[in-house]
Amino acid sequence: MSEITFKLNEKSITVNTPPDRRVLDLLREDLGLTGTKEGCGTGECGACTILVDGESRLSCLMVAAQLEGSSVETVEGLEQTAEGQLIQQAFVEHGAVQCGFCTPGMEMTALTMLRHDDHPSREAIREGISGNLCRCTGYVKIVDAVEHAAQEIRCCREEK
Amino acid sequence: MRAVLTPASLEELFAIWQRHPDAMPMAGGTDLLVKLRSSDRSDMRPLLLLNSIPELTCITTDTGQLRIGAAVTLSHIIAHPAVQANAPILADAAAQIGGPAIRNMATIGGNVCTASPAGDTLPPLYLLEVEVELLSPSGARRLPISDFILGPGKTALQPGEILTRVTIPKDKTFTTSRFEKVGRRKSLAIAVASLAAMFSLTEDGTMTEARLAWGSVGPTVVRLNGLEQQLQGRQPSALDLRQIVEQVKTGVSPIDDIRATAAYRRSVSANLLVRLLESLHV
Repeated sequence: MSEITFKLNEKSITVNTPPDRRVLDLLREDLGLTGTKEGCGTGECGACTILVDGESRLSCLMVAAQLEGSSVETVEGLEQTAEGQLIQQAFVEHGAVQCGFCTPGMEMTALTMLRHDDHPSREAIREGISGNLCRCTGYVKIVDAVEHAAQEIRCCREEK
Repeated sequence: MRAVLTPASLEELFAIWQRHPDAMPMAGGTDLLVKLRSSDRSDMRPLLLLNSIPELTCITTDTGQLRIGAAVTLSHIIAHPAVQANAPILADAAAQIGGPAIRNMATIGGNVCTASPAGDTLPPLYLLEVEVELLSPSGARRLPISDFILGPGKTALQPGEILTRVTIPKDKTFTTSRFEKVGRRKSLAIAVASLAAMFSLTEDGTMTEARLAWGSVGPTVVRLNGLEQQLQGRQPSALDLRQIVEQVKTGVSPIDDIRATAAYRRSVSANLLVRLLESLHV
């Protein structure tokens, strides 16, 4: 077992875990954060996307030891951020959620994308979410939602 | 439970590796962890993580060469100004691998050492005529990439040796470079066939140099030197394209697999070049 310390949704935590534990299992099974989903388990669907030090990563292809000293954000932390709330709201309003299985990964991808670029073209949004598969929506409503969230985020920033 | 070893320097890496000679080096883990999960669960060899070693995770340009650490991620490569300036074809190819999250994890060293016939950074690395830098306790050595990659999944890496850097010469500039990949979909797809091409073109469109490399259509990258020489000194509009198509179709050596048939791959390989040459018409 290894003691691993990292930040999880802005809170510092220390876990005692096998160092080769999949980060996905650490989050879901050990820490009870079941928002992050397992789709394919082989890095081809994006359902397990989390942010590590602000960048999107696939938690099914990471081992616990890689988290030492890092800052992790999962979908459970989304509503703690102003951008995250706007993304959630936009997904609801645009009907971007059908079965919902891809949604946590999709929203985390949208979060990192909009932090880097709050005025993406539709093409850039499609490129940004190209690693997240959705079998229900046909993507149009998801792209609509991200586009709308970007607009809301820009409004928020201008007000400040 | 599998041990995970995290050396913070090259020195520490070799010291740890000596104590755990069965440890497997891991950079991004995007291929290795998938493979380990689908293989024998009693295989508990330790993982030796490479991404905390400064030499392996940086891009330097100070020696007149562009040197990319083996554990540099594809995202880092795509965004790096020196890569965009000196090896834009590598940035292009890296941008067509996986999806954004995969590119935040996967590394150039992993793509090279995995030595997949469908490794998308490989055709550009062959055209750029890069050298790989290898290091073991008994010393450092350098090899041209084409001598390093021996076959599908096979490299010249010796036991106890790691790939430290990929070195790109900056001595030559090409006016045009392109990487094109054909897969079943645009992202998260393994190439059915790919073509990397670099040309030096004069103002009237004459090709003073042409370099061509295909991926996914042979056990290793296919470069057709005869065809490259044939294009030299010619204008794209003056070429006999039918004859070039035949040369490409017989020059590549693809197989049938779950992604495509060999015959389809031959056609795509030729068509990619024809389309590219036609786009160069002045």
